[in-house]
Amino acid sequence: MTRLDLTGLITRPAQVWGGVRLVPLVRAEPLPGLRLHRRIYEGYGQVQVGPDTHYVSYVPHGFIADWSGDGGQGAAYGTQLDDGNRPGPRDRLDRRDQSDPRDPPGRRDRCPDAVPVRRHHRMVKRAKAGKGGRGLSRSAAATRCRFLPLHLALEGYLSLHFGGPSIAWDEWSQKAVRQGLSPRAEAACLGLAVRGLADALRVFEIHPGQCGMMVYTADSLAAAFVVPHPDDYRTLHPTLVEDLYGELVHQYAFFGAPVAEFEARIRDGRHLETLADLRAAARAQERAWSETHEAVLTRQFLSTSHSFERVYRMGSYELHRFLPPFNRGGQEQHIGELINDHKGRTAYLKTFRLSDAQVRRGHLLTRLAAHDWHLGRTADALGATYDELVRRIRAAGFDSLLNAHAVARRSGAPSVSE
Amino acid sequence: MAETFSDLIAAEDVLLFVNAAVTATGQREFHSGAHAQRLSLVFLHEYVRVNYRPVYAASLALDINDHNAVLIIEGLLRTPREAGPEEKRVEGRLIARRLAMLPPQRVYRLFRGLRAAGVGNRRTRAILREWLATRPDLGHDAVKYRNGLKSAARHFHLPLASGPPAAGTAELGDFLFEPGRRGRYAHKLLDAYRRAHFEQGALHELPFTVAEGFAVKHGIPRRAFLERMEPRMTRLERLRTQRSALARSDAGTGDDPGVRTDLTVMPLTRLALYVLSLAMDERTRRRAELTRALRTAARRAAGPYTGTWGRVAAVLDDSYSSSGSGEKRRRPLATALACHFLLDALAAPGSYTPLWTSGSTDPLLVRPYGPTPLGLRILDALDQAPDRLVIVSDGWDNAPPGLAGEVLRVWRTRLDREGRTSAVHLNPVYDADGFDVRRLAPGVPTAGIRDAEDLPALVEIAQFAEGRTGLAELRAYLDRRIERFVEDDPFCRFPGANTAPSADRGTRGASTHDELPPEGR
Repeated sequence: MTRLDLTGLITRPAQVWGGVRLVPLVRAEPLPGLRLHRRIYEGYGQVQVGPDTHYVSYVPHGFIADWSGDGGQGAAYGTQLDDGNRPGPRDRLDRRDQSDPRDPPGRRDRCPDAVPVRRHHRMVKRAKAGKGGRGLSRSAAATRCRFLPLHLALEGYLSLHFGGPSIAWDEWSQKAVRQGLSPRAEAACLGLAVRGLADALRVFEIHPGQCGMMVYTADSLAAAFVVPHPDDYRTLHPTLVEDLYGELVHQYAFFGAPVAEFEARIRDGRHLETLADLRAAARAQERAWSETHEAVLTRQFLSTSHSFERVYRMGSYELHRFLPPFNRGGQEQHIGELINDHKGRTAYLKTFRLSDAQVRRGHLLTRLAAHDWHLGRTADALGATYDELVRRIRAAGFDSLLNAHAVARRSGAPSVSE
Repeated sequence: MAETFSDLIAAEDVLLFVNAAVTATGQREFHSGAHAQRLSLVFLHEYVRVNYRPVYAASLALDINDHNAVLIIEGLLRTPREAGPEEKRVEGRLIARRLAMLPPQRVYRLFRGLRAAGVGNRRTRAILREWLATRPDLGHDAVKYRNGLKSAARHFHLPLASGPPAAGTAELGDFLFEPGRRGRYAHKLLDAYRRAHFEQGALHELPFTVAEGFAVKHGIPRRAFLERMEPRMTRLERLRTQRSALARSDAGTGDDPGVRTDLTVMPLTRLALYVLSLAMDERTRRRAELTRALRTAARRAAGPYTGTWGRVAAVLDDSYSSSGSGEKRRRPLATALACHFLLDALAAPGSYTPLWTSGSTDPLLVRPYGPTPLGLRILDALDQAPDRLVIVSDGWDNAPPGLAGEVLRVWRTRLDREGRTSAVHLNPVYDADGFDVRRLAPGVPTAGIRDAEDLPALVEIAQFAEGRTGLAELRAYLDRRIERFVEDDPFCRFPGANTAPSADRGTRGASTHDELPPEGR
């Protein structure tokens, strides 16, 4: 599988607000057997990555995928996780589900009262069917799991060749050899900070049967979001504003002018004689938009071949994350995660647009890794000189990986492969 | 008379202003905030007041909403120097007539606004004095609108003697300005107000809003209080408190229609708002009662026009944007619902086709949901070959955008050149950026609408927007409306309006238009 497959999702007319264009995707019928719920986390998340090292994060919301096929469950808005002030059996179960059972409850008291801390220790966590659900037997096989939107995708990008040089060439610093790329950071911004996005989502009129949305800023794809069921979409629509968006999206929204609406145009000619002709012409306009959208606006996104990695298996569904080919040359590139069924139909999709700098970094790392981190050979493969490659590594923000002394000694000399 | 370019612009400006004055209330709408709405409206008022002052004043005679009526009155009273003596006389008539129609709390707020703006000229004082003289009972106003009356009396030096109670003048003055001076008042309400401070029994003689405060002070249980206050409430207060009262009196069993307000006497749009505020299952449960009430109100609103409109098709917008805003909850949808029942009454029996944008067929259970595929619904409506096509929508046609305009254009230019169908678009939402309501197509007249009851009159105004009607006809129309509005003065009209429409504009602000090279001269 290398391409994204959006069959079964029909493009409906876009709604424009300022510089944001929102294109709804509608399913004729929902995919059976998989539902996504929203889970709200209050407070901060924390992961212990080493002695005295913690990875602390704020998570606006998480998703729960439920493939039990139990139609009785509605979209569970507000299955709140709390710091324990709210009694109730359901709440208790949820909490146990989330916190590490080996973790003695007293340890939570170290934190200030105002900042409740939650421990996430896996990106996708399986939950037993009975937990959080209604009236299912405890012994049933696990049919739910929780994951944080875009967490997988971003981890996939950030951990790209995270281990650092595979061979300790002397141009690489001690730190690079020992610790790899750590710490590796990328910037992203909250949907609320993307100008006009919150308003655009507020005034957006959700279509009946809508299961997805393509968000464009300045007519360039910012994010794609697909869920299996229309009810899930209605529940999760507001979460779009709490999601991560790349810096490029922010810039486009901030500097971009309002985009034009693609208004319907009916050519009046001799062929228009009856009301039926007029209706046919109107229908043709709808089709024309749907085709234009696929041919123009999403073409790059859908035709790019991504590399997929299966992360999790749930019944007949599989959770993947994908990375773009990191081609340079200005085309848009997205990372993301998706769930698809055995036929390859997309049930869930969420993407993150990489900026040019991020694409460059990904490109550089994959090229280096492909040539065993040998600077000379990589430079040859890229068609650049040794100095040029060093400059590019420094410009990409990986200066600390290079051993300045070794590089300086070799710099200026023609690259020699040993 | 030959139409000039400036005349056309003027006619367009006037229609635009009337649309705005009917719909805009300075409150938050679905697409724009309260501040944007108010800013836009203030500009529009100033623009029209400076350029077309007679028309500005004359619009008081139209079905504009109370918010704009107050703004117009305030604008006119603040700028007396821009009007000639003859115009002032007419303005005064119009203002007096409109003030009599406004709810008193709005008039007191207007007084306060004038006071804040430092307006206290002789004309204003006379107008306000006259208005106070028409109040049935100043003692009641002194209790219910205490601060309003007090600040008006103080600022405008209003003699409070003109009220009906003969000995009231001194007493009223004491009540407002020196409450501790008298041991008791001769006026029953004033005395009840005094006693209510220490006597629970006196509460029930006071107006509801005043008594509410005292009830909290005396710690009277809300339920007992509401039961006893029932006869003292206004119609809307009763409707408002009724649902909470019903919720308290055991759900399901409290459905005795006897305790309810008689819904059939409510105005149509207000009733539609009430219906939409009910939960779905309650609407289903009370279907017969609600439908009957809506039908009755619609027939009353239709009046002499009942059954005269022939075959009518309506495209009614129940998309998500018709949910309005937190300040105007479901207002556009309520207008559409009220229009539905009114058009049902106006159309010839059995020849009315409602088409909701969501495809819903049960008007009582409408809810704001989904996109606005206006174009396709208009096509469905035209399939019925109606005599009249009425579109009630906020004009945000988005599935696909602009299709409604195209369909209407092609229909007009190619399929229905003879004009068998007359189409009109009624828009309940003021678009702050465009200084007008949003239009669908240039060939289809658009009018603002707030209360569905005004629909027949609005359709009449909308006809002016269809063709290239000039100012002269519009002025003649306004004069007719003024004549109907101010019945007691048959000679109330603006000088020169019926002879040479552009002659009097040259004397004042509109000179910019006259500098344009007039066409056809």
